Amino acid sequence: MLSYILRRIATAISVIVVTMVASFGLFFLAPTDPAGAMCGRNCTPERIADITRSLGLDEPFLPQVTKYMKGVVVGRTFTSGGTTVECSAPCLGYSYQLGQPVTKLIGNALPVTFSIVIGGAVVYLFIGVLAGTVAARLRGTSVDRLAVGASLGISSVPYFVVALLAALYLAGTFLPRSEYTPFFDNPFAWASGLVAAWLILGLTNAAGYTRYARASMIESLGEDYVRTARAKGISERRVVYRHGLRAAITPIATIFGLDLAFQLTGAIFTEAIFGLPGLGVLTLRAFSFFDLPVLMGAVLVGAVALVVMNLVVDIVYTILDPRVRLG
Amino acid sequence: MAEEIVGARVPAAREAADDAAGTSAGPETIGRTRRARGRSDDEPFLSVRDLTVTFPTSDGPVHAVQGLSYSVPLGRTVAIVGESGSGKSVSSMAIMGLHDPKSTRVTGSINLGGIEIVGMSQEGLRRHRGADAAMIFQDPQSSLHPFFTVGNQIMEAYREHNNVSKRAARERAVEMLGMVGIPSPRRRLDDFPHQFSGGMRQRVMIAMALVNNPKLLIADEPTTALDVTVQAQILDLIMDLQQEFGSAVLFITHDLGVVAEIADDILVMYGGRCVEYGPVNSILGAPVHPYTWGLLGSIPAVSGASARLRPIPGTPPSLLALPKGCSFHPRCEYVSRVPNAACREELPELRPRTADVERLSRCHLYQPDQLFEAEVLPRLP
Repeated sequence: MLSYILRRIATAISVIVVTMVASFGLFFLAPTDPAGAMCGRNCTPERIADITRSLGLDEPFLPQVTKYMKGVVVGRTFTSGGTTVECSAPCLGYSYQLGQPVTKLIGNALPVTFSIVIGGAVVYLFIGVLAGTVAARLRGTSVDRLAVGASLGISSVPYFVVALLAALYLAGTFLPRSEYTPFFDNPFAWASGLVAAWLILGLTNAAGYTRYARASMIESLGEDYVRTARAKGISERRVVYRHGLRAAITPIATIFGLDLAFQLTGAIFTEAIFGLPGLGVLTLRAFSFFDLPVLMGAVLVGAVALVVMNLVVDIVYTILDPRVRLG
Repeated sequence: MAEEIVGARVPAAREAADDAAGTSAGPETIGRTRRARGRSDDEPFLSVRDLTVTFPTSDGPVHAVQGLSYSVPLGRTVAIVGESGSGKSVSSMAIMGLHDPKSTRVTGSINLGGIEIVGMSQEGLRRHRGADAAMIFQDPQSSLHPFFTVGNQIMEAYREHNNVSKRAARERAVEMLGMVGIPSPRRRLDDFPHQFSGGMRQRVMIAMALVNNPKLLIADEPTTALDVTVQAQILDLIMDLQQEFGSAVLFITHDLGVVAEIADDILVMYGGRCVEYGPVNSILGAPVHPYTWGLLGSIPAVSGASARLRPIPGTPPSLLALPKGCSFHPRCEYVSRVPNAACREELPELRPRTADVERLSRCHLYQPDQLFEAEVLPRLP
């Protein structure tokens, strides 16, 4: 198990390195003027030259990548307008537009995204699995049709419409206004500022999870071992929730792990609509202004999230399903 | 249908070594002598009267079981034989009360130790399931929950019906695993089903079924998914445990070879109805229903390899639209022997057709025993 995890981590690191080099190369090849773009407004030729020299943009590809990678490991310094900025490891570059190291920008944005995504996940897992289980148990009844219909209805409306309407009409009236307060400053303010985003993200995603959970439950309730459990005389509740749900939860865990990784790269709509300064908003801004260092940082976060969540899913799988042995 | 009715298969030794340790628990059982038979005058423990199971579907009602009657006294084994879809499993699920009342209509009477099962509340059924009557299934691989240890699953069955501590239930589970011949049961208790071989898994199923000392054990094709060498061990185990506990056994199979080994009485089902019923020796020795003849004709003989198998022509009837008259008549080669096309028009009653009143058959043929002697027996493989 331990050697498996170590091997997986080694693979993960190589995947991340390849992603970094690839994203760097992609932006290197892009027909843009990074120094000009980074320079932003009030740009002077001196400043462009300054940025070009500081980032080594006049150098060929390999030295540039090496510099970037070295920065990630040991940190580096940037000169901006005559002053030198220390960018300690892991240094993902320096945003000249925002005047801050990328690591710091991402470090500020990530907790926001994390709070939104985790809170939302609690909501959609709870509602989705519960509704799906109940629908599977009452398959063919009006409750089942209601659950399936509602889930289809919710999935049919574009997410940003739901989120926008909710932000306009719910947040500030029925729900507290959306704002981000760090958890350690004030946990209560943290929760109340995010509850609207959680509910909307949770409810809309719950639609999909209801259908996964329903399908998964219907399958597991038809298994022979569920019949065995009934034949033992245990209560129907125990048959469904202990024997049926226990088996149905495994495929849901897989989908959930990958969904979570995807959402961590930025719940863009949620953050933008509810005005929460998360990774999605940061990335969106970087796109608009072609802030290359920030974009590369965001790509890296996404790659790390996917790789890590894949590993976590595999490990969780061995806990959920004793038949799976890592080796 | 030939693949459904199997009398002998090529032995496979794969599991033999695996299960050898289990057999060593009782080597004397291999050369076992068949226990004394004879009609028991006891009140039957299980008594089924005129059982009918119907599934209403959008295409009309499916008559899975119609007018089925039989009884199983304690200490005896009744085998229900038939093709897939003949209603053998459906009828036994009704005894366990496992049919969903929303999608199934069960009528008639199932009396289990003086208690009427048909029409009982779900809660009442739940209390009787696993306690007075227990069931083991065809495929132990899929019938055991893959995510719980075998000890956990056995203890769950025990604690559901007995108010005992976890520790006591654990001891009981160890005892049961030992009883069904699993070596070092205390160590194996915390293993998962996939860590056992097929035969060992079926032993675990049997241990789980017997943990509450049920008076009736329903075995639904318990050896079908197992290798032949392991099959024999499991059959021996079931028979030994039956002798030890004196329980009634209802054995569902399509394997006439198994029936000859284990059963006291046979009930042959076709199209949801009983077509022949009686003591094992007379039915396997001289059956009087053409369907049973067909079953015997489709079993390969172990000695005479040259004889061709004679599968029953045609396919089993749809339970949505059973043929008028005798359900078997479209596949029966003796229809012309019965005057007035009675086979096509009139459903035969289940009653004695020969001097032997214990043997019941649902067939219009006149003197079927003589027909068997003269025409069928010489052709059997």
